[in-house]
Amino acid sequence: MKFGVVVFPGSNCDHDAFYAISNVLQQPVEFIWHQSEDLANCDAVILPGGFAHGDYLRTGALARFSPVMKSVKTFAKSGGLVLGICNGFQILLEAGLLPGAVMRNIGLRYICRHVHIRVDNTATPFTQAATPGQVLKIPIAHNDGNYTADPQTLAELQKNEQIVFRYTSADGKNDAAGNPNGSLENIAGICNRERNVSGLMPHPERAVESVLDSADGLVIFRSMVESLVTPAKASA
Amino acid sequence: MATASAEIKVTAEIAAEHGLSAPEYARVQQILGCDPNITELGIFSVMWSEHCSYKSSKVHLKRLPVRGKLVVQGPGENAGVVDIGDGLVAAFKIESHNHPSFVEPFQGATTGVGGILRDIFTMGARPIAVLDSLRFGPIIVENSAPSVSPATIAKNRRILDGVIRGIANYGNSFGVPTIGGEVCFEPCYSQNPLVNALALGIAKKEDLFFAKARGTGNPVIYVGAKTGRDGIHGASLLASAEFTEESQQKRPNVQVGDPFVEKLLLEACLEAMNTGAVVAIQDMGAAGLTCSTTEMASRGGTGIEIDLARVPQRESGMTPYEIMLSESQERMLLVAEKGREPEVLQVFKKWGLDAVVVGEVADGGLLRVKDHGVVVAEIPAHPLAEEGPVYQRPMAKPSRKEESAADWFVFAPEKKNLTNNFKRLLASPAISSKGWITEQYDTMVRTNTLAVPGAGDAAVVRIKGTARALALATDGNGRWCQLNPRLGAMHAVAEAARNVACSGAKPIAATNCLNFGSPEKPEVMWQFSEVIDGLAAACNELETPITGGNVSFYNETLGSSIYPTPVIGILGVMEDATNVLKMAFRDAGDIVVLLDGGSDSSGASRSNGSGSHLAREFSSSEYSKTIGGIVAGEPPAIDLPAEKRLQQCLVALAASRSIRSAHDISDGGLAVTVAESCFASGPARKSGDTFGSLISIEDRNPAESAVFGERGARAIVSVSTASLNAVLQMAQKYGVSAKQIGKVTAHGIFSIELNGSAIIEESVETLRDIWAHSLERALKQ
Repeated sequence: MKFGVVVFPGSNCDHDAFYAISNVLQQPVEFIWHQSEDLANCDAVILPGGFAHGDYLRTGALARFSPVMKSVKTFAKSGGLVLGICNGFQILLEAGLLPGAVMRNIGLRYICRHVHIRVDNTATPFTQAATPGQVLKIPIAHNDGNYTADPQTLAELQKNEQIVFRYTSADGKNDAAGNPNGSLENIAGICNRERNVSGLMPHPERAVESVLDSADGLVIFRSMVESLVTPAKASA
Repeated sequence: MATASAEIKVTAEIAAEHGLSAPEYARVQQILGCDPNITELGIFSVMWSEHCSYKSSKVHLKRLPVRGKLVVQGPGENAGVVDIGDGLVAAFKIESHNHPSFVEPFQGATTGVGGILRDIFTMGARPIAVLDSLRFGPIIVENSAPSVSPATIAKNRRILDGVIRGIANYGNSFGVPTIGGEVCFEPCYSQNPLVNALALGIAKKEDLFFAKARGTGNPVIYVGAKTGRDGIHGASLLASAEFTEESQQKRPNVQVGDPFVEKLLLEACLEAMNTGAVVAIQDMGAAGLTCSTTEMASRGGTGIEIDLARVPQRESGMTPYEIMLSESQERMLLVAEKGREPEVLQVFKKWGLDAVVVGEVADGGLLRVKDHGVVVAEIPAHPLAEEGPVYQRPMAKPSRKEESAADWFVFAPEKKNLTNNFKRLLASPAISSKGWITEQYDTMVRTNTLAVPGAGDAAVVRIKGTARALALATDGNGRWCQLNPRLGAMHAVAEAARNVACSGAKPIAATNCLNFGSPEKPEVMWQFSEVIDGLAAACNELETPITGGNVSFYNETLGSSIYPTPVIGILGVMEDATNVLKMAFRDAGDIVVLLDGGSDSSGASRSNGSGSHLAREFSSSEYSKTIGGIVAGEPPAIDLPAEKRLQQCLVALAASRSIRSAHDISDGGLAVTVAESCFASGPARKSGDTFGSLISIEDRNPAESAVFGERGARAIVSVSTASLNAVLQMAQKYGVSAKQIGKVTAHGIFSIELNGSAIIEESVETLRDIWAHSLERALKQ
């Protein structure tokens, strides 16, 4: 199996995702340049954090037009695993691969610190190795992480159990104080109906080693590996 | 001699407007053998500005120690470089962007970061960390400065806000973690804020690049953003002049930054360097195209010829003068091997950046600038770069009113409870947590950060692929330097090195940013000279040679200068990254030990017993300023060998893994140090509650001096009972006294007892809340 990390001009967490997968997870991984029209036979694609195309216009707005996104869309349509982290999540939203949008943080400032997120759906290839309600300590680093959706979209997300991660207090309780950016329903990450595409604002690739204060992010990558090894498990 | 199309005729008056004195103008005429044209005048005016030529500081900078066995490159290139083992080198430097940050805080600060980053990657090193050392005027009403107006306070808050957002904007987008620094407040910085940015990068030793143009006929290539009219005279009229009432008119002199373009530039430059086709490279910073062409030619002992018609421009109708002086950001100039241009240009095309051959390296040592084939400026490069004016400015020690006990801090009567004063100290902008600021920076990108801001005394980053880590700290104390420049400067070095040692790393090299008033004032030059001597003494003793940095003069407004403010950045190496030390207490029951490299502080060293010496020293402290409203006296005496002993001891303790935490004593003294070690302990505990501590000390000196005194060469460490003996023995081995002064506790009370009486007692959570939120509350008032 092979992971691919897409590199847009301005991506800056690509190396971190690469390192987490190759050095910590010890899985094959390669970089995919944004102008590439194929995904080099990767089994899972990561859209990393950063400021793709300078986030000109809106975060993620231009990146969705990159040549590589054509292939990512096709790949996603055919069930390929796609994980969008932070800027990557924003790009998936702009590309229409995930529903909803992100706005400026409610405090109007960039925030970088550890937060706690709760796994609210373990029936996805990104969370199957976690226990239901497991709390993960993972860092955020963003200016525009305030996820929002119209009432109809929110109702569908809830009905179809597409809300995968929510911000909580350290012991997993729904708590406004645990939500760093004001996102709707404390949503930190979601997936599509088919469950093969997911996006989250926190950075799991920054939480894969205890020297970095938390290794809780590993479970997300491990889930992906597991789901690729035994595809039968990765169903809704 | 250059011919030019219809142009302004240069006169001595025009030269003066450009910042060139009559003798300097005469020298220009001498070098050229005739009058300069306007373009040539512009070029000389920026190259010979204080900012670019160091004309007032050169004679003093010579006294700084710059050599060491680990120094690969000292001052003179774009950054200093030191050997860090395993075939790797670290490139690092600190630089100022003060004047632009007053005129336009956001852009001034953002381009300050952009500029220092380019200085690092132009050497071939990928930037891995940024620190920023900031100084503003008061943001609240302060005891010690009652005449600062509400309007000034409001303005200082706006400047702080703009600067923070500017720094965050650049570092976060570019993708380098901003992991440390300091924020200080003094009235003298109201009209002259200081923004000093430090960047660190890593490279393989054999991949280092220098800025020496070589090889006649080699193409000179311009890469990066297009050139516009921003920042013209940023170096000469903004950075090299003091502010007056018309300062706002200097807005067009402030450069405008785009971190996204710089990120592309970084990747493209590193990739281009990898092709092997790049001979030399320099970034375009102060004085843009002028400085990069001149310096590369001068260093290489060659000449450079360019045609401005080829320079990518984003505005039409720019004159040669404007193009040469523009300080548009995110541009580099490189020299490639003839015939290999396509390889280099291809890389920049991939990254979507302009890359154009604008000229070539030539014989004859001339900087020859053409415009559509017509020569518009022609100047011998070496004299322009290296034979500018050098001044032995007059120096005179400022007279200072003779002080007496009436001017100094008055100690409280014995046994007075200091808890309320302690809370006021914790709430002061100087002492309170800067978390509200540092959380706006991405401190974790690149997943190398082992100690985020506030976790330890130094910022620490690991070096992937090795077992090592690097630690960095910046320190400076303008107030102490105002009271005694030489002593204050020595403390700056000592404190930065102590901070590095407290993280477990061995200090190996330094960089300096020297922020001063006008060099045309004898008192300022005296301060400068004294500071240089202090830095030299400390860097020699602590074995941290200066590898580079910059000098910022003219930090004054309407005749009023800032305190002399040398800011020192010290780099340290940890052989084993797993030994990183942080400041948080880790376990209830751990013993709190006071390490002191100097004599035992319990009063034995104050054998004269008289309070007045102590009052004079204490009057320079943060407590005296905040609580007493008094800034006077002298900084504490410094004992450099004691500082060194303590540092060596800390590094050894880290390597032996026998201590649980380390935090040095500095602003606010022992009480603040112990409190901060409690405050930091929350996040690591499951419950999230912070540890408390019970401290008990014996001291014949007044209470404030005992618990808030700022004498150096001291640190607080916490030790498990099992390791206590090993620690005491290690301390003894290094000639450091180790006194058990208390315990870490689980019951949430912070208490300090002096000679058996409690003088500070409060719930840790109450204290922590004050300390953690005061800055934000102050800014939102």
